[in-house]
Amino acid sequence: MKPNSDNLVEIRDLHYSRNAHVVFDGVNITVQRGKVTAVMGPSGCGKTTLLRLIGGQLTPDSGSVIVNGEHIPRLSRERLYEVRRQMGMLFQSGALFSDISVFENVAFPLREHTNLPEAMIRDLVLMKLQAVGLRGARELMPSELSGGMARRVALARALALDPSLIMFDEPFTGQDPISMGVLVQLIRLLNDALKMTTIIVSHDVQETVSIADYIYVIADGHVVGEGTPETLMQEGTGWVQQFMQGLPDGPVPFHYPAQDYSNDLWGASR
Amino acid sequence: MITMKRLQLLGRTGFSFMGDVGRATIILYHSLIGKPDWVNGFTRLVQQIYFVGVLSFVIIALSALFIGMVLGLQGYTILNKFGAEHALGQLIALSLVRELGPVVGALLFAGRAGSALTAEIGLMKTTEQLSSMEMMGVDPLRRIIAPRFWAGQISMPVLALIFNCVAILGGYMVGVEWLGVDNGAFWANMQSAVDFHADVVNGIIKSVVFGTVITWIAVFQGIDCQPTAEGIGRSTTKTVVYASLAVLGLDFFLTAVMFGDT
Repeated sequence: MKPNSDNLVEIRDLHYSRNAHVVFDGVNITVQRGKVTAVMGPSGCGKTTLLRLIGGQLTPDSGSVIVNGEHIPRLSRERLYEVRRQMGMLFQSGALFSDISVFENVAFPLREHTNLPEAMIRDLVLMKLQAVGLRGARELMPSELSGGMARRVALARALALDPSLIMFDEPFTGQDPISMGVLVQLIRLLNDALKMTTIIVSHDVQETVSIADYIYVIADGHVVGEGTPETLMQEGTGWVQQFMQGLPDGPVPFHYPAQDYSNDLWGASR
Repeated sequence: MITMKRLQLLGRTGFSFMGDVGRATIILYHSLIGKPDWVNGFTRLVQQIYFVGVLSFVIIALSALFIGMVLGLQGYTILNKFGAEHALGQLIALSLVRELGPVVGALLFAGRAGSALTAEIGLMKTTEQLSSMEMMGVDPLRRIIAPRFWAGQISMPVLALIFNCVAILGGYMVGVEWLGVDNGAFWANMQSAVDFHADVVNGIIKSVVFGTVITWIAVFQGIDCQPTAEGIGRSTTKTVVYASLAVLGLDFFLTAVMFGDT
C-alpha cells in the first residue's frame, strides 16, 4: 500500500492482542500533517498501547503502521531508532531522568544525537524551556517540580530535536485547573507555531475537544466514532454520545453485569 | 496424578528458565554489540565504576579485614597444635587467593552492587525513563546496560584483589603482631607457597567470571522486572539469590577445572 503524503501516520487494519486479550481488532486511523488528532476512549481501551505501536515499542499481530512513509513494524532495530528521532513522546508521568537537572534533561537528546558546541546546546535548551515557561527552573531537580511543571519540562525535552510528530499520553490527567489550562494552550500553540503534527490520547473530553482538529473514539478494540469535535458532540451514536457527554448510564450500563438483584439479596437467606 | 502435576511443574519451570536465559542473552547481545562511542562511553564507564566499584570498597575492605583476622586466629589455633604456626602465612594466603577472595568478594559484591543495579534499572523502567529514552531514539541497552555491565566486570577483580590484600593484612595483624608468629616465616612461607600463575591468576579469572555473571543477572533482573514497587523488590531479591547461588556453583566448577589435578 502506498502511503498518502498528506498523512503523517496511517494505521490500517491493526490487530493487536496481549495475553489472549484482544486490544485492537481491525483499527484504521489516519493522522493528517499539521493537525492535532485525538484518540479518546475509556480507561484500558488501549490508547497508550496505540502510541507504543506507532513508536515501534510494540509490534502488531497484523496490519500496518506507517509513519512518514516508514512501515514501523518492518524496520530494523537501527532504522527504528533513527526514525524515532523524528518523534517526540510525552509520557503520563513525564518520565524525566531523576538523577539530572531540568536543564540536563532537556539537553539529553541534543547531547546524544548531535555534536553541537556547549554554548549552542545551552541556547537551544533555554529556548525550549522558555517556550514552556520554565527557563527559570533550569537548575531544579525533577523531584523539586510539581506534576504540571514536570510535564512541561518533559514537553520541552520532547521538542528538543524539533520532531515532526509529537504524541501525548494522557497529558491532562491529575492536573490542577491552572496547569491544565497551560498545557491545553501549549499543545495547540506549539503544534501550530512549530508546524508539527500532534496525537493526543486522553479521556478528558472537554480539554481534548477544545484543541483537537479530528477525534477518534475507540472502544472494545474498534473505532466506534470519528469526526471533528463538533460532529462527534452533536451527531455521535449512543455509545459515543454517552462518552462525550459523560452520562452515567446508557449503552454502557451503570451496573456491572450481575444476577437479579432481589434474588441476590434474598437468595442467601432462603 | 501427583506425579503428572509435578512433571508439568518441572516442565513449566524448565521452559520459564530457558526463556529467561534466552532473553538475558539477547539483552546482553544488543547491549554490547555495535559501534562503540569511545568519548561518551568512557565517561559513563568511569561514572559506573565509581558507583559499582568504588562505593563497594568500604564493605569489601572491612569484611576482608575481619575475615583475615578470623583466619589468622583459627589458623594459628590449629597449626599451633602441630607446632606448625610458621605456616600461617601460607594457609591464609592460599585460602584467600584461591577461594575466599573471589568468592566472598563476589557474594558481597552481589549484595551491595548487584542489588543496587537491579533496583536502579527497575525503577527507571517503572517510571518509564527507559521507554522515554527509547522514544528519543536512544537505545537504553547501549546507554544504560552496557556501561554498568562493563563496570561490574572491571570492578569485581579489582575488589577481589583488594579483598585479598586487606585480609592478608588482617591475618598478619592477628598472627604476627598479636599471637607472635615469626614475621620472616609468615611472609617467606607465603611467598614460597603461592604461585603467581596457578593461584593469583586463577583467582583473578574466577573473579572476572563472577563479576560477569553477577552484573549480567543484576541488569537482566532490572530490565525484566515487573514495573511495580513489588516487582522491583522481587527482582532485587532474585538478583542476590540467583547471583549468590551462581557464584557458589561456578566456584565449584572452576575450582575443579583449575585445581582438580593438583
